[in-house]
Amino acid sequence: MSASAPGPVPIPPGPAPAPAPPGSVLRDRYPGPLRSLLAQALRLRQSRVGLALSVLVIVVAVVGPPLAPTSPTDFAGRPYQGPGAGLPFGADALGRDVLSRFLYGGRWLLLLALLATVLGVTLGVLVGMLAGYLGGVLDELLMRANDVVLALPQLVLALLAITVLGPKKWLLVLVIGVTHAPRVARVMRAASVDVAQRDFVKAVQVMGVRRRRVLLSEILPNVTGPLMVELGLRFTYSIGFVAALSFLGLGIQPPAADWGLMINENRIGLTVQPWPVLLPVLAIGVLTVGTNLLADGFAQASAGVDREVSP
Amino acid sequence: MLRLLLRRLLLGLLTLWLVSLVLFVLTQALPGDAARAILGREATPERLAALRQQLHLDQSPAAQYLHWLRGAVRGDFGRSLADQQPVSRLLGDRLVNSLVLMAAAALVSTVLGVAAGTWSALRRDRFADHATSVVTLVLAALPEFVIGIALVVLLSTTVFRVFPAVTLATPGHPVWTRLDVLVLPVLTMTLAVAPYITRMLRASMIEVLDSEYVQMARLKGMPERTVIVRHALPNALGPVAQVIALQLAWLAGGVVVIEYLFRYPGIGQALVDAVANRDVPMVQAITVVIAAIYVAVNLLADMVQILGNARLRTSLR
Repeated sequence: MSASAPGPVPIPPGPAPAPAPPGSVLRDRYPGPLRSLLAQALRLRQSRVGLALSVLVIVVAVVGPPLAPTSPTDFAGRPYQGPGAGLPFGADALGRDVLSRFLYGGRWLLLLALLATVLGVTLGVLVGMLAGYLGGVLDELLMRANDVVLALPQLVLALLAITVLGPKKWLLVLVIGVTHAPRVARVMRAASVDVAQRDFVKAVQVMGVRRRRVLLSEILPNVTGPLMVELGLRFTYSIGFVAALSFLGLGIQPPAADWGLMINENRIGLTVQPWPVLLPVLAIGVLTVGTNLLADGFAQASAGVDREVSP
Repeated sequence: MLRLLLRRLLLGLLTLWLVSLVLFVLTQALPGDAARAILGREATPERLAALRQQLHLDQSPAAQYLHWLRGAVRGDFGRSLADQQPVSRLLGDRLVNSLVLMAAAALVSTVLGVAAGTWSALRRDRFADHATSVVTLVLAALPEFVIGIALVVLLSTTVFRVFPAVTLATPGHPVWTRLDVLVLPVLTMTLAVAPYITRMLRASMIEVLDSEYVQMARLKGMPERTVIVRHALPNALGPVAQVIALQLAWLAGGVVVIEYLFRYPGIGQALVDAVANRDVPMVQAITVVIAAIYVAVNLLADMVQILGNARLRTSLR
């Protein structure tokens, strides 16, 4: 960190420079915390494997639809017809092409999971940093409110919302995001409390920098590690939640093609025609393992040592 | 110490009460007509009126809540909208079934997780440790229904045909009289929860093994087994008790998907059915029960931690 050679500090040439904007002097010591974290994480083999697995499934989900041989809702064969000519993975419970439904089935899952993650992590970081940095009554209030949300399992809260408003896509994003927030906030609060006690933050505070600036340019860059870990973890869990709700028949609704829904629709025929269940299970499995390997890579990189930082 | 425990108990009850408030506001007192939301657009005025009366929607929200809370405290959650039977009667057996499932899964996953974590820590940085780390990381990532379906394919339908894939319950026969139906659900939950416990315990155990008192015990010439079981393990368990509890509390929510997957006759499956039918009294009752289990497990963990920690045990905060 300290690259300066020992010895007298060289006097800057010319007239005394105008005072640097507050914070910037101190910030220059940490050039791009995000970039260095990414570089460090990708040095681990497990992160590279995780990235490859995640990208593989994401590519299938994004590029899949135009490659599908038929429409995902057209009937192409007998129910539970086995693999054969024209139907590489056979037909599903209603006689629709399994391959086409599989290629179409990842879009909504990925999109909803991504939106829920972004919403939850943004909310959580905001609440956690505010509570951790400002402390006092606000901290106490926010954390007690957290406890109440934490007393209900995430899936149960999602089911409650669905009971009242029905299985709508925006509702899935909202409820999964909002229930992520207290969990993220807990982690971010602990990290912010740590950073807020360090000398460089105190120095900037003494300089009279506004709170918002301190939060954004001093605290935030120094909690990038836990933030990236949370991002990876919450994405892993979001995929699981969206898929699980669809699997329960309470997420994405028929006749849409969706991996979670495909498992639900076809699991009765598992002994006769396993493909419409196996393909989506495999895709969800590979994707969540990939994102979790990445999250763990971030955890190891930000901890600096090969010590377990478990969720 | 008693005061500390009492405080935790009160805090737990307070949380539960707040949960019930949130739950009630969410399901019944939201602006808009709950009766119409439940019955849909094509409901006849007579049915709407009947439902409003059954849910006491004609009263003020505060009165509705008080009425509901008074019943809930006595275990009376009203009648199910789907088949008009008292909710408590519909849920009694199912609750027992779910508790059996959760208790079995909690026991198996704690024992397995603690054993695997200790083993992994003792073989730190060797092949077995790395292998355990990879396996737990993969299992921790997988959604529980993915694990469950993999197990069904492996042990029930396609590769081996050992255990039944679905629970064919005969009414009147408690589930524990047929242990084979419990195997796959318990195994699935264990594989979902144990990885976290393993990883947590490994980290905690490594720290303890590096400590001076373990070195001291070894230098005294104690057998390694005694060092681990008597000296290291209790100290390694303390810090992770809370985390283990959090994972076990997860079971309260995890039963929903797993019971649905295996058609296990518990409260989780009932919840999915009730949500699909918009059976509000049923949903309210099951949610409160799940929250109560969640709070109770956390409370239990607090107690274990307080009793196991000498500093907390003697402090009278």
